[in-house]
Amino acid sequence: MAQAAAVADEHHYTSTGLDSWKVGFWTFIGSECLFFATLISTYMVYKGKSLVGPFPEEILDIPLTTISTFILLMSSLAMVLALDGIRRGSKKLTLVWLGAVILLGTTFLGFQVYEFNHFVHEGLTLGTNVFASSFYVLTGFHGAHVTVGVIWLLTLWILAARGRLASGDSMKVEVAGLYWHFVDVVWIVIFTLVYLIQ
Amino acid sequence: MSVATETLQAPPSVHVEDKGLWSWLTTVDHKRIGILYFVTSFFFFFVGGFEALLIRIQLMQPESAFISAETYNQMFTMHGTTMIFLVAMPMAVAFFNYLVPLQIGARDVAFPRLNALSYWIFLFGALYLNSSFFFGAAPNTSWVGYANLTSLQYSPGRNVEFWVLGLSILGVSSLLGGINFITTIINLRAPGMKLMRMPLFTWMTLVTSFLLVTAIPVIAVALILLGFDRFFGANFFEVTAGGDPILWQHLFWLFGHPEVYILILPAFGIISDVIPTFSRKPLFGYPVVVYAGILIGFIGWGVWSHHMFTVGLGPIADSFFVASTMIIAIPTGIKIFNWLATMWGGSLRFPTAMLFSVGVVAVFTVGGLSGIMHASAPVDLQQHDSYFVVAHFHYVLVGGAIMGLFSGLYFWFPKVTGKLMNETIGKWHFWTTFVGFNLTFFPMHFSGLFGMPRRTWTYQAELNLEIWNLLSTVGAFIFGVASLLLVWNIIHSLRKGEESPPNPWEASSLEWSLPSPPEHYNFPKLPEIRQRDPLWDERERQQIETRTLEEPEEEPEMPSPSFWPFLVALGVALTWGLVMTGIWWVPLLGVAFTAFTVFGWAFQPAFRSNAHTGNA
Repeated sequence: MAQAAAVADEHHYTSTGLDSWKVGFWTFIGSECLFFATLISTYMVYKGKSLVGPFPEEILDIPLTTISTFILLMSSLAMVLALDGIRRGSKKLTLVWLGAVILLGTTFLGFQVYEFNHFVHEGLTLGTNVFASSFYVLTGFHGAHVTVGVIWLLTLWILAARGRLASGDSMKVEVAGLYWHFVDVVWIVIFTLVYLIQ
Repeated sequence: MSVATETLQAPPSVHVEDKGLWSWLTTVDHKRIGILYFVTSFFFFFVGGFEALLIRIQLMQPESAFISAETYNQMFTMHGTTMIFLVAMPMAVAFFNYLVPLQIGARDVAFPRLNALSYWIFLFGALYLNSSFFFGAAPNTSWVGYANLTSLQYSPGRNVEFWVLGLSILGVSSLLGGINFITTIINLRAPGMKLMRMPLFTWMTLVTSFLLVTAIPVIAVALILLGFDRFFGANFFEVTAGGDPILWQHLFWLFGHPEVYILILPAFGIISDVIPTFSRKPLFGYPVVVYAGILIGFIGWGVWSHHMFTVGLGPIADSFFVASTMIIAIPTGIKIFNWLATMWGGSLRFPTAMLFSVGVVAVFTVGGLSGIMHASAPVDLQQHDSYFVVAHFHYVLVGGAIMGLFSGLYFWFPKVTGKLMNETIGKWHFWTTFVGFNLTFFPMHFSGLFGMPRRTWTYQAELNLEIWNLLSTVGAFIFGVASLLLVWNIIHSLRKGEESPPNPWEASSLEWSLPSPPEHYNFPKLPEIRQRDPLWDERERQQIETRTLEEPEEEPEMPSPSFWPFLVALGVALTWGLVMTGIWWVPLLGVAFTAFTVFGWAFQPAFRSNAHTGNA
């Protein structure tokens, strides 16, 4: 009987009851896990294999990166609150918290730009040693993911500001949130393996 | 009738069946995209086949100079790359596209526009890769592109760039396709279509899609590392800076072995649908065949280093991969026994589709057995990089994957086109293919064991390899002629073929309850499924056909055509093309264009009825 009712509403019928966007996006995240796992493995394989310096223990700044990590983690909290905001139908809360995510994400990117810039001045360019190659490519691709996330959220923010993001569109924020949280989780792994355990 | 047609055309949401070029460029209909995939991959089948024939002419005689060594390198590289990435994979995807929604009772895939994007990216990637010929710089480092042969030092030309960038474009297409089909199969099954009621082809599509989604990112990273080495002076594979070429081999085969199953599982799915139909028996041990397929997918991730026994990874690693490789033969063997048991005692019919399926069972088993031989590390040390290995993988990939896809073509052609395929030409096609195929590849077992190395331009007369090579070349030409018979059959059947009823083979799965060809919306009403092989139960068949064959009072609303997927794909290809300039900021122009098209896409509603403006 329930099935018959579901058939009547064919546009929204799915076998699992989950929105297809969500299923598709989780699949994408599964794929992204393998992507970052491969990049991280590459970094780990080349750990301690650099023939010339600067070596990671000489150059990585743990206190500074701890701050940027904290900022990124806080952005995840803001993301949760933004989703809560749109679900409550509050334009104000949505805008405030989405704005906070964007701000925190951009700040994190600013830290990364500073870090890369500083490293280059210290003499660590992409071709210096295998640490440099694997470090820049791994954290660079993570940074690119954060950038895409910021642009995505900025788009949602503009839509919300123009009143084109109603509580019925919460799925759009939720999927963007899934992406954002995933990018954060990846950073926790990178921060642990690259910075903390040297 | 005429009144009904008129009322159908009245509401704005009704799809107008366009035929022009524009309608193909903007289509989001999974059936049309499937046809596009098939035509494109079929074209590249002949491109790759032509390359193979050049290789065979060169090797026909010892110390031949028919083509230069450099051309030879380009030919075997492009032959392998083309046949895998531009033929076997996309031709399987053609079947995924056309059939999966029909088999599970859906109107389209979960993300129709994303599906169109996958196709266009694939097309542009294929053209990108092949455009290298016009620059005289076709990839020449073999389809595995081992480091550090691919380094700037040893491959200074643009050849490797075309390969790296071309493959990474194609990877995007496969990844998006995988996501789309997983979502479709998990989420868009008709009511009652439980997982264990799905046709085997859909099941194998699901397993293949999981392999795609997990394996593609690994090769993507490998290509990124190589690209950074070549374009930006990183040193991932630069030995003098501490880089390790073996890492490339691990990453490549970590993708490459699941890839083998990406190529073969769709064919397994096809013949698991074809054999029961022409045996008039349900598939023997359905759940076991499903589990075996899933198991192959899982174990397929744990066997990659059997491609690397000669690297010297040490006895522990070698032993592990010997064991895992032998274990994966078990689920594969299970499937073969299940196909045989399905045929056992069945009332067998042998139209061309069935001939190809039975051919796959026979020929794939030969390839499987030689696979078990070099699963053993000591044996593999003798066979590695010899023609024995070439024989093995052509038996599984041509005899398994390609012949399986041909079986599917003969089986579903009436559904797609509404015309029956000519059986006389079909049988000629099968037998010439079968003879040509075996004559080409069986002698390679011998030339390989007698010491003929792969990927080598020529060989000395004293090696006594001439007769085996001559046989292979003759076989290759027979195979070539056989493939032309298929072209003839397709054209002939399209023009003069008999009209096909909805279910010409008396098959059991849902797609056969629809008219041939199906309406653009597939199902007027979503069917309800109560059992496996529903069309073989008279009552069920009638119940389903009231929902599939009836003309709807109002046509279901389908997603609107969109030109954005084409433009996004163009942007992706443009970006990758601009990377070729080697100037770091130039590709950003392509990125900007792609971003613009992505936004255009995101703000175009999927359904016309949601549109603020009528942007077609």
